[in-house]
Amino acid sequence: MPDTSLTIAGRTFRSRLIVGTGKYASFPIMAEAHAASGAEMVTVAVRRVNLADRSRESLLDYIDTSRYALLPNTAGCYTADDAVRAARLGREAGLSNWVKLEVIGDERTLYPDNEALVEATHVLVEEGFVVLPYTNDDPVVCRKLEDAGAAAVMPLGAPIGSGLGIQNPNNIRIIKEFASVPVIVDAGVGTASDAAIAMELGADGVLMNTAIAGADDPVAMATAMKLAVEAGRLAYISGRIQRKRYATASSPLEGVVGT
Amino acid sequence: MTIQLNGEAFETTGPLSVGRLLAQLAIDPRRVAVEHNRLVVKKAAYNSTVVAAGDEVEVVNFVGGG
Repeated sequence: MPDTSLTIAGRTFRSRLIVGTGKYASFPIMAEAHAASGAEMVTVAVRRVNLADRSRESLLDYIDTSRYALLPNTAGCYTADDAVRAARLGREAGLSNWVKLEVIGDERTLYPDNEALVEATHVLVEEGFVVLPYTNDDPVVCRKLEDAGAAAVMPLGAPIGSGLGIQNPNNIRIIKEFASVPVIVDAGVGTASDAAIAMELGADGVLMNTAIAGADDPVAMATAMKLAVEAGRLAYISGRIQRKRYATASSPLEGVVGT
Repeated sequence: MTIQLNGEAFETTGPLSVGRLLAQLAIDPRRVAVEHNRLVVKKAAYNSTVVAAGDEVEVVNFVGGG
């Protein structure tokens, strides 16, 4: 069955997987995992330059920006103002107006502050940003973000870094049903089947970091995620069979030897 | 003069341009973004933006994140 591509704000991606750059044991392993994932966009964080230790290698030495689009995030921001400030700095550092918008509302769960998220989305869209907000798996909030001009909505599958998998599949399905912008499940994936489930629910893409970076073999896990996203997508567009309570035989009922 | 650089007091001789400050810090200007008194400084304005005593400067770059 022919598939359509993932298109966000007019930019088309062959891969429906977006990956992070955090928590890797080393930059070379990260680069290898990125290549294995097939992703065409990677998230990065905006932080103060370490003035005391300038000897550290630069992340950007290990990201081929002709191959991967950079998606700066506003991780760690707890107010709309701080997130807007981080987004502006990210735009200047990366020379791209795309931003993964995070406004965190709680330290332990890292759940978003919806009100501030919608507010910051309004401000940044007004300033010409392509805003991809990380949000709750709440169809109403996702609709508000879309109304505010978000280029995609990115509901969480489970708390960031938790690896719990898709906790509310029904909501992901409803969000997809409501949305006219791409839906990217962002956060919560632990293993390949979680990514496949997100795609089978109809998500247009999946964004993950820890599931790959934290695996014992991040490069092999990146390959697994690439295949899972592709498998889940194919299954989704293929139209799965209905669930039934009882068996229906796959082999003919007639002509069985001995009857 | 003393400025606030990335949240800490920093001693330098000045006033000086953002470009001069980055050079003094041995920072490649292509890889960072700079805020001067809470406003982003475009790269084209590094040499014309003057940092004076008491100013707040933030110099950020990309690090790994999700």
